[in-house]
Amino acid sequence: MIDARHLTKIFHDKKRGEIRAVDDVSFRCEPGRIYGLLGANGAGKTTTLRLLATLLKPTAGDATVAGFGVATAPERVRASLGFLAASTALYGRLTARETIAYFGQLNGMDDALIAARTKLLADELEMHDFLDRRVDKFSTGMKQKTSIARTLIHDPAVLIFDEPTLGLDVMAARTIVRFVRDCRARGKTVIYSTHIMSEVEKLCDTIGIIHDGRLLATGTLEELRIAYAESDLEEIFVKVVTGAGKAAA
Amino acid sequence: MKTRDIFTVYFKELRDTLRDRRTIITMFVLPTILMPTLIFGFGFIASKVVRQARAETPTIMILGAASSSAVRSALEAHPRIRVVPVADDYRTRISDKTLRAAVELPDDFDAALARGEPAQVRIYHYEGELKSGFAAGELDRFFRDYREKTLQARLDERGLPSTLLKPFDVTRQNVAPPEKVGGNLIGGFIPYIIILLCFTGAMYPAMDLTAGEKERGTMETILCSPVGRTELVLGKFLMVLTGSLSTVVLAGVSSAITIPLGGMFFSRSGGAAAAASAAASGGTLPLIDPLGLLASFVMVLPVAVLFAAAIFTLALFAKSYKEAQSTVSPLIVVVILPALAAMLPGVELNAKLSLVPLLNVSLVCKELVSGVFQWDLLALIFGSTCVYAAGALALAVRMFNREDVIFRT
Repeated sequence: MIDARHLTKIFHDKKRGEIRAVDDVSFRCEPGRIYGLLGANGAGKTTTLRLLATLLKPTAGDATVAGFGVATAPERVRASLGFLAASTALYGRLTARETIAYFGQLNGMDDALIAARTKLLADELEMHDFLDRRVDKFSTGMKQKTSIARTLIHDPAVLIFDEPTLGLDVMAARTIVRFVRDCRARGKTVIYSTHIMSEVEKLCDTIGIIHDGRLLATGTLEELRIAYAESDLEEIFVKVVTGAGKAAA
Repeated sequence: MKTRDIFTVYFKELRDTLRDRRTIITMFVLPTILMPTLIFGFGFIASKVVRQARAETPTIMILGAASSSAVRSALEAHPRIRVVPVADDYRTRISDKTLRAAVELPDDFDAALARGEPAQVRIYHYEGELKSGFAAGELDRFFRDYREKTLQARLDERGLPSTLLKPFDVTRQNVAPPEKVGGNLIGGFIPYIIILLCFTGAMYPAMDLTAGEKERGTMETILCSPVGRTELVLGKFLMVLTGSLSTVVLAGVSSAITIPLGGMFFSRSGGAAAAASAAASGGTLPLIDPLGLLASFVMVLPVAVLFAAAIFTLALFAKSYKEAQSTVSPLIVVVILPALAAMLPGVELNAKLSLVPLLNVSLVCKELVSGVFQWDLLALIFGSTCVYAAGALALAVRMFNREDVIFRT
């Protein structure tokens, strides 16, 4: 489970002064559910997810991931989650198998377990043809599959996806979407950040709309449709971020 | 601290680095071929150029000496120079390298000698130009011989012994052991080379493992894993240290093989070739204390740690490999200056200088290869360099924990 409480992150910039990248954000995501974090570029999605993944320390507020506090047990938090983002690249000079094994070792797994998990993931993702080839020679799809295997090698309870389909072609994006659904089916806690409305509609059980670092609206798609009297998610999103307000009850 | 994680990161970085052609060239290929290239390549070219220059009979012009047929005939009969007709533009011709040298004599040179009056001989040449230098040298030798012959003739005429002009001989005898002489001659050069190699060996892996990873987007991937920041820094740092030390060791082994071989090769080819390779030749190389050389490598160990940690920290601030290059490269000057200062005559090791980073190691290495072991200063230098290295490493860990450094945009 993920439980974020009043998460706040302030950056200090010499030219722009104080920047509140994340401002008092609270939400929960239960196992077997996908929480979609929807926002425009620069809304604060990546910073929120980096706070949950302990890459950044919150200025205020707290969060627990799989029962571990991001401030008190960051290494146990990272051991409990898989983080996949457009910005998390692979080592080009390693093979897919070496990459997966490296992250298995860093998660404290022994060689036998790594081998068994690698075989299982390679079967599921149909990776056997390129498992022993160097990543820098891979197509985008192959890289995505390797990234997924790298994220799942330690079978984490929580998965965080930060715009994972950014820059991907249709087929590679479909692989990701299918994989995210599988994660939910296996009872994982999933956070999915994107600015693509169709992906949110297809995947997410709960949607949080974030803008200027603040979480402005939260609910299921149906709840949001009722609250903003709009059937189209894009229209709802525009109403939320422009402050057009909710429909009268 | 989890040692297993440190070595997991280290062995991954080692494997990754060994597959990077750019780093392999800098870390392994360049230090290995540096000495053979310098000795055989540069030595061969230099010896060939010198041999060709010596083989040429230089053209010279005689200015004046209109009524001095004796000296003119002697010059014309000299087998290693060729006299060409006189021309007014001799200075231009020397500058244009169409004439090697000119000698100016008074018209009545022969008569002045006969009268026992002093006469002025002036040689015109192109300073720093090899062939002109050889021509001026030949003229120097010719007139020195000519003067001695004239003197001897005058003494004979008067029935005086030649010892009249040379009442005593002065000779110098070296009493210092050969390794001390050798250490004095090239002792400053050895730490300079070691320190420079140490630095360049650390530079490329340090940039690749920090700024390179940021640029390729793999930094965020590894930061998402449960490995601790300290373990991650230490694993990467060990790789940078491996790069630094392997560069020094490879260059050392390569030199140990190449220098004696070069000495044998150029000694056999003899003459000018031997002269050209004098600095490198095993036969003519000044002796150094092998134990001191080994001790120099030990003293350089904490320097390698210092470099690895310092370059790692600096490169961490860069957003890209290119930016890291422009940040780290100027540091070479900072590294070279103390090493150069140690080569200056009169700069001697003392307790105060033992605390100056790099200069202390450069100075002590100079002493070590001369066979001088000042144990108290050695301990002080090793200890202080270890403290600086530990400080740099602690700083690297601290910087790696700073969000504004790792996620600098």
